Parts: sequence; C-alpha cells; structure tokens
Amino acid sequence: MAFQPRSIAQFSEAAVTVDLDKCIAHKGCTVCIDVCPMDILEIDPQTGKAFMKRDECWYCLPCQKDCPTGAIHVAIPYLLR
Amino acid sequence: MSHQLDTRESAYDIVVVGGGTAGPMAAIKAKERNPELRVLLLDKAHVKRSGAISMGMDGLNNAVVPGYATPEQYTKEITIANDGIVDQSTVYAYAKHSFTTIEQLDRWGVKFEKDANGDYAMRKVHHMGTYVLPMPEGHDVKKVLYRQLKRARVEITNRIIATRLLTAADGSVNGVMGFDSRTADFHVIRAKAVILACGAAGRLGLPASGYLMGTYENPTNAGDGYVMAYHAGAELANLECYQINPLIKDYNGPACAYVAGPLGGYTANSRGERFIECDYWSGQMMLEFYQELQGGNGPVFLKLNHLAEETIQTIETILHSNERPSRGQFHANRGTDYRHQMVEMHISEIGFCSGHSASGVHVNARAETTVPGLYAAGDMAAVPHNYMLGAFTYGWFAGESAAERASSRDFTPVDAEQVARERARIYAPLLRDHGLPALQVEYKLRRFVNDYLQPPKVTRKYELALERFAEIGEDLGQLHARDAHELMRCAEASVIRDCAEMAARASLFRTESRWGLYHLRVDYPERNDAEWFCHAHLKKDESGRMSHHKRPVEPYIVPIAEQERDAYDRLRVAPKAPAEKTAATV
Repeated sequence: MAFQPRSIAQFSEAAVTVDLDKCIAHKGCTVCIDVCPMDILEIDPQTGKAFMKRDECWYCLPCQKDCPTGAIHVAIPYLLR
Repeated sequence: MSHQLDTRESAYDIVVVGGGTAGPMAAIKAKERNPELRVLLLDKAHVKRSGAISMGMDGLNNAVVPGYATPEQYTKEITIANDGIVDQSTVYAYAKHSFTTIEQLDRWGVKFEKDANGDYAMRKVHHMGTYVLPMPEGHDVKKVLYRQLKRARVEITNRIIATRLLTAADGSVNGVMGFDSRTADFHVIRAKAVILACGAAGRLGLPASGYLMGTYENPTNAGDGYVMAYHAGAELANLECYQINPLIKDYNGPACAYVAGPLGGYTANSRGERFIECDYWSGQMMLEFYQELQGGNGPVFLKLNHLAEETIQTIETILHSNERPSRGQFHANRGTDYRHQMVEMHISEIGFCSGHSASGVHVNARAETTVPGLYAAGDMAAVPHNYMLGAFTYGWFAGESAAERASSRDFTPVDAEQVARERARIYAPLLRDHGLPALQVEYKLRRFVNDYLQPPKVTRKYELALERFAEIGEDLGQLHARDAHELMRCAEASVIRDCAEMAARASLFRTESRWGLYHLRVDYPERNDAEWFCHAHLKKDESGRMSHHKRPVEPYIVPIAEQERDAYDRLRVAPKAPAEKTAATV
C-alpha cells in the first residue's frame, strides 16, 4: 500500500448558539438559515433545530435579529473576542 | 450529497449579479425603464440580508444636498481627496443625481435624520465641505429595498454564486455562469445585458486577528465581480489604490468617526490628542494614521470619553443598532466603555473597493464597462469614494443603461465551449476524492498578501509575491470540496488569488507614490505627476495575461486651483509648541 492521504477535522467553538426550547425550525421555520450571508447555519436532522455548522461567522447578527422566537445568540468569534 | 451535477439553463433580458446595495436599485430601475423586460437579481447569499449593508447603515457619507453643497463642490472635494486621478464626469454625474437618489430612498421609507423644520440634518466630516447625513434609524434599508423589488416584480434567485460571464463572438457579454451553493447545480443564464454589483474585494488581506472571516467587508464580497469582469475582458482601473481602513482593533468594524465626529468624538493618539484635522477616510489620512500607529505616540484610538453622558448614549444607540451592531458586545467583552476608555483602533488589511478608495472596474457615467453589454455599479465600480449613496446612484444608472440595451436587442448564441470549460473548472474540486481544503489555501494566500502586499510597498517583496501567488495557482488544482458549500469556498479561493495577482501587478506598474498609504512605494517615494498623472488600467490581453496601460485623466469639468490641489496633504494637526517637526513622509 502506498501512502494514504488523510484529512484532520479541527474543532471550533460555535459562535452562534441556539436555544432548542425556543427554536421552531422543526415546524418549518428557516429564517436564520435564509438570512445568514455566509450560509453557515443548517437544520440538525437529529433535533430538527437550527445549528451552526461552519466556522465562518461574520458576527453580523441578521440571524439573531430576525429570529421570530429569540432562539439565536451570536457571540463574537473567540479569535476576535 | 448526490453528485448529479445538473446544468440548468435559463434566459433573462437582464441579469443583475449581487443583491446588496447597487444591485437591487439596478434591477428596480431597469424594470421601471421597461416593465416588459424580464430582470433577474442573483445573489450568492439571500437578498433580504446580503451585502455591505445587511444590517443597515448609520449615515450617508457623501450626500450632496442643496443648500449645503453643490455638485461642483463635491466633485472638487473628491478630485482633491483622490489626488487628482478622477474622471470628473463620473463623480459629477453622481453628485448631480445624489439628491434625487436620497429623495427616492426617502419616499420608499429609508429614514434619514431631519431637523425640526423637516430638513435633512447635514453634518461636516470632510476636509472642505458638508456631506454627511446621519441615519440613526437606518437599520431597515434592506427591508425597504426588498419591498420595492417585490413591487417592481424583479425575479430573485438566492444562493447562486456567479463565477464567469459568457461572451459572444463579438466580445459582448451574453450571459452568466455559476452554481448553487447548496445543490451544486450548474447554472447557465443567458442575458442581453449583465450588471455586476458584487461589492468590494474584501477577503484579500488577512485580518490581523488571523480569523478569515473577521473582515471589514461582508466576507461574501470576495472580489467575484472584479474577477468576472477581468476574465470577460473588461478594463480595471487603479487597483493599486487599495482600500485600507482605520478600524476598531480585532473587531475590524468601523470605529465610525463619521457618526461620532459631528457629536464631538475624534481620532486620537495614545495621549488623547488629535493628530489629524479631518477623519474623512482618504489615503492621505491613512498615511497619518499609519505613522501615528508606528510612532511613539501610538497606537491610535477613537476618543469619546470627554463627551457628555447624553451624547455618548446617542452614539451608542446609533453604533450598536446599525451596520455592525455586534460591536457593543465586543466592547463589553473587553471592558471598553465609551465613557471611560478610548477605543483602540488599528489599520485594516488591504482590499479593493471604489466605495472607499478608487480601485474598481472602469465605468463611464452610464455605468458601462469597456465590454459591451456589461455594466458595473457599487463598491466594485471605479467611481472614487462612492460609498452607499454612490452605489445606489450608479445602480440606478446601470439599470437604465442596461434596460435601453436589452430593449433593442435579441439574445446571441451561447458558446458551448465556454460552458464546458467553466463547468469542468468549477466542479474539479468536487470530483477529487482528496486534496487541499479551500479555507487552508485561502489562509495561506491571504497571509502572503499581508506579508508582501501590505503598504509600504517594496518592489522586491511584490516580485516575490507574484512567485507565491503562482504557486497558489498550482495549489488550486489540488483543491478538494466535500459539498456544494465547500465548492463555493474553492471558487472564492480562485477569485482571491486572481485579485492578489492583480493587486501586485497593478502596484508594480505605477512607479511612483500616490494616494497616501494606499500606494506608498518605498523605492518610488515621490508623487510623479509628469509621468503618472493618469489612470493605470489592467486588462487580460490576447494571450490571457495581465497587461497594463496608462489612460489620460479626462479634462476637468470643475477646475482645481493650484493652492487647493494639495489640501488633503495638510491633514496633520500643526504642533502647538515650536518643537522639532517630524517629516510627514516616509
């Protein structure tokens, strides 16, 4: 066998966190996912709720401001905090 | 995900690429000019919250309001602020239309500050004239635009990243190619006219924080428009006149001297002393900022802690609800209270942006590029210091110009070879089963941009940069994407690489120093009007390489008196005591 290419998964703390009790994504809401300019939020198939999937947040706040139930909190990403 | 890689074909009379500021205005005005036209507004994000003003804007930086300034005065101010390298016809066209644009936005529901008489509450920030109109309730701009887009029956497609333009046999633009950043479907959109409104090249340098997306510009604005225009054969102007901004350190958002300045705040050194007479962003101002930052009186701060409680509350309300509203949280984390501490500032990484400086795709006063059928507006179109109101105004011009063209023309045949080539280029990272991740390549590329291109500019460093960027070009051939989203980041890495090479080559071409820090070449430290009082244009030549030529500055419409020409070179506050004065040049 030749050398095998491998990737390493880095881990990051999510700057955007979701209150699962308040999030209504399981009822079809996609507001935060729609308005994110960087498209970093998705619905977790396990919980049906929104979550931050990618470490590319611009801390711009449309997701937090536009969420109809106040379920989103955006923290300043750690590297800038 | 399934890699079906469908190709979807469609046709519109006009395609507007970019739904931020200029784009929506262009689409609306095209429909108003000819309601029969089918107009598509394409956005790589979602039009509701895309672009530089996704969270609104706290003021107009360049409002030409009757009674406060004339179009002639404004044209003069910008000509001087941009060291004379201005086609005044474009700035003057903006200035004459500026108030009409404000009234249009006002009628649509954008809120501007007014005095007790209902007149616009104009403020002075520029060195010479009065052009700032605060928008303390400017957070709804995007909502207002979205309502008007719906009313005008503009068709909208979100989450499509445009990557290349299609050109017809005669060289004119006849379509847009791109892909869906969620499904990876490939899109071929035929058009009679294309308007690029893709914003700045805001992901060129790496922020000092090292965080890729910690940029001043919305990081969706990677420079896509610059690169699409370049590959379609359009000329780009004065790219060496970088965008470099004075920002809140680490947060990388504007400290907003424009908001605080009229209320008594100012840029200060570590002693709390004012060192520049005028906080308006210009290359000359940035050079003074840079020197203070590097000098014994550095770093630089935004000073508000001498202001009254009521004033500070007003500033907080504006700054923490508009444009970059998370800055309140940033200050709280660091224990910075405007009442007690000055706000530490820093110099930004480099970018291209004509909204703030003058680096952009060349356009005339009708928003036409040098390629027939292709128009550009907003931060990416080279109308110096054009800001948000200039983006709206040139979007307006572009919409009307494109509508005129599209109303009198048929579609032209699409070149299948161009489609096949672009499809193969775009999809390559998805088809590899291993390789380099886009963000890692982007990090390295942007670190090189900082290492070699950040002014002061040194010729040998720029030559080394070109070698590094060529190597990154080879790395792009090893990119690997695991899904459509990563494929978007791969496409952007290619865009950033092309912009980096353009920045380096444009800077090497102009063998003088101009625009303060923006083009400070250490080995050509003087301004050389005899040889370089001209635009420097960059375009793709027949062999596919970047070529350069000089283009004369159009004869001035508004003459500039000899003693006014250098007004922006005298920004440093004169020392109080007859102490030894340090040289203002590096």
